[in-house]
Amino acid sequence: MLVFIIRRLLQSLLALAVMSLLVFVGVYLIGDPVAILASPDATEVDREQIARALGLDRPLWEQYAVFVGEALRGNFGKSFVFGQPAMGLIFERMGATVELALVATVVSILVGLPLGIYAGLRPDGIAGRSIMAGSILGFSLPTFWVGLMLIMIFAVQLGLLPASGRGQVGSFLGLHSSLFTLNGIVHLILPATTLALVRAATTIRLARAGVREVLHMDYVKFARAKGLPERRVIGVHVLKNIMIPIVTVTGLEIGSVIAFAVVTETIYAWPGMGKLLIDSIVNLDRPVVVAYLIVVLFILVMLNLIVDILYSVLDPRVRLGEQKG
Amino acid sequence: MSAARQDAAAATPAMRVETPLARFWSEFAESRLALFGLALLTLVALIALLAPLIAPQNPYDLNQLDIMDARLAPGEVSGDGRITYWLGTDGQGRDMLSAMMYGLRISLSVGALSAIFAMALGTIVGLVAAWLGGRWEAVIMRIVDIQLGFPAILVALILLSVLGQGVDKVLIALVIVQWAYFARTARGSALVERRREYIEAASCLDLSGPRIVLRHLLPNCLPPLIVIATIQVAEAIALEATLSFLGLGVPVTEPSLGMLIANGFNFLLSGYYWISVFPGLLLAVAIVAINLVGDQLRDVLNPRLRK
Repeated sequence: MLVFIIRRLLQSLLALAVMSLLVFVGVYLIGDPVAILASPDATEVDREQIARALGLDRPLWEQYAVFVGEALRGNFGKSFVFGQPAMGLIFERMGATVELALVATVVSILVGLPLGIYAGLRPDGIAGRSIMAGSILGFSLPTFWVGLMLIMIFAVQLGLLPASGRGQVGSFLGLHSSLFTLNGIVHLILPATTLALVRAATTIRLARAGVREVLHMDYVKFARAKGLPERRVIGVHVLKNIMIPIVTVTGLEIGSVIAFAVVTETIYAWPGMGKLLIDSIVNLDRPVVVAYLIVVLFILVMLNLIVDILYSVLDPRVRLGEQKG
Repeated sequence: MSAARQDAAAATPAMRVETPLARFWSEFAESRLALFGLALLTLVALIALLAPLIAPQNPYDLNQLDIMDARLAPGEVSGDGRITYWLGTDGQGRDMLSAMMYGLRISLSVGALSAIFAMALGTIVGLVAAWLGGRWEAVIMRIVDIQLGFPAILVALILLSVLGQGVDKVLIALVIVQWAYFARTARGSALVERRREYIEAASCLDLSGPRIVLRHLLPNCLPPLIVIATIQVAEAIALEATLSFLGLGVPVTEPSLGMLIANGFNFLLSGYYWISVFPGLLLAVAIVAINLVGDQLRDVLNPRLRK
């Protein structure tokens, strides 16, 4: 187990290093930040000064060497636009994004799991079919459009829920979150629902497929033969066994939920790091884009590792040490 | 083969020999939902193809637009009484119905083209990996794994921010995002197929490597790839719409459906709902239709589910 974790960690570090190079070279090719920062009537000398202040006059490899050296010390350079350390900006906004992603994931499981199990138990009933049709819609409808429709219905027409911003942020035990104030929770409803939709559709499908497979297993027949109440058969024997794929997929997808929050945050003006990324891409704010990518890469790599380890805990048949890389 | 079809075959003895295509069709037609999806998809594709002929207005021709007709509600007639705007107009007085037909053309062709290019690239890479084996295969599949580990939307966003805007740039970004799915699938089925007797027979005939891969291996690996391709067309359409919505997709001058929705976003809060709602509905219909067809294709083409 320990060997496995160490080997995976080394692999992850290598992946991070390669990706950082790709990201740096890629992002380096985006336009010219000087053109944006300098005022229209700036002289050639002013421009050179700005370029030198930002370190843009040095050759690419030297910029990368400086970047790596600084990155290892946790310094990703200052934002061209805000004049603050890029990493600091990301961390400031990361809380809002993580909160949104986690709430959306929890909502998607709370909604998707019961619906999926029900559809699996009665696949031919009207309710079961409707649930499946709904999940196809959940897959197919573009997230951003669903977001717009929710805004139109609940914010514009009904005037029930706020359509933008994060609302009041409360703090509890040193944690800052919208979840601690009523105003914050109200602001969270629409964005979290929008983001949860696709995940809920996937959870429904996984749960339904799992239930249909597991129901025919001998241990379920045996549990029923023992005379266990149906609630216990489903709640314990079935649920435990369908959780393996669901936990795996949900864990792996938290990263993509964080990435997809880019869209949700843009629609709802949610002050997270996804919105910061879009703003930074538009403004050619290179250090912030790089810092965002490094943070998300790190989260993705760590999630992969955690899911692999969880997997072996949930399913004792999986032997991690035997995998040859 | 299902019992019903055996009966049918028994009823008309020796008269009709089922061709593979006929069998495929009768299996596909078993699901009414899939037939509905196919009909819907045909309709959507026809509208996109014939848009210049059937659209009431050319939405790109500024001479045909009248700013006085801006933000008219669905069903209203233009100021000079020439056309009825069945789905309303946008902020520039553009007929939404026409704009949506032209937008559909762009959305569908971007989706289909990117899936075709990605399929060609990914299939070749996957087949080559499976055929060569060894270190080459390990390296290629590692790249595929790494790429699939990253959310498609993120990769596309970064690529577009590097490449800049334009339909061609969107296509490149989508192909780069999608090729890995095809490579993994192609390699997976090629690994199974290459152990079969017919490949062994072809090798015994001393056919050249490329010939075996292209003429014998490739056709037998196609079914799962076609399924992936269908789903990826839907994915690509949704992804392009999302990127356009974020302002990083196709240019404003030739708006895709995603761009139309984004334009309507600014008017949504003022109650001009139709500018966003209708393009979104059309987008959803197109994607749902493709997914319905793809779902059934997966069941029909999957040999493990053969009854």
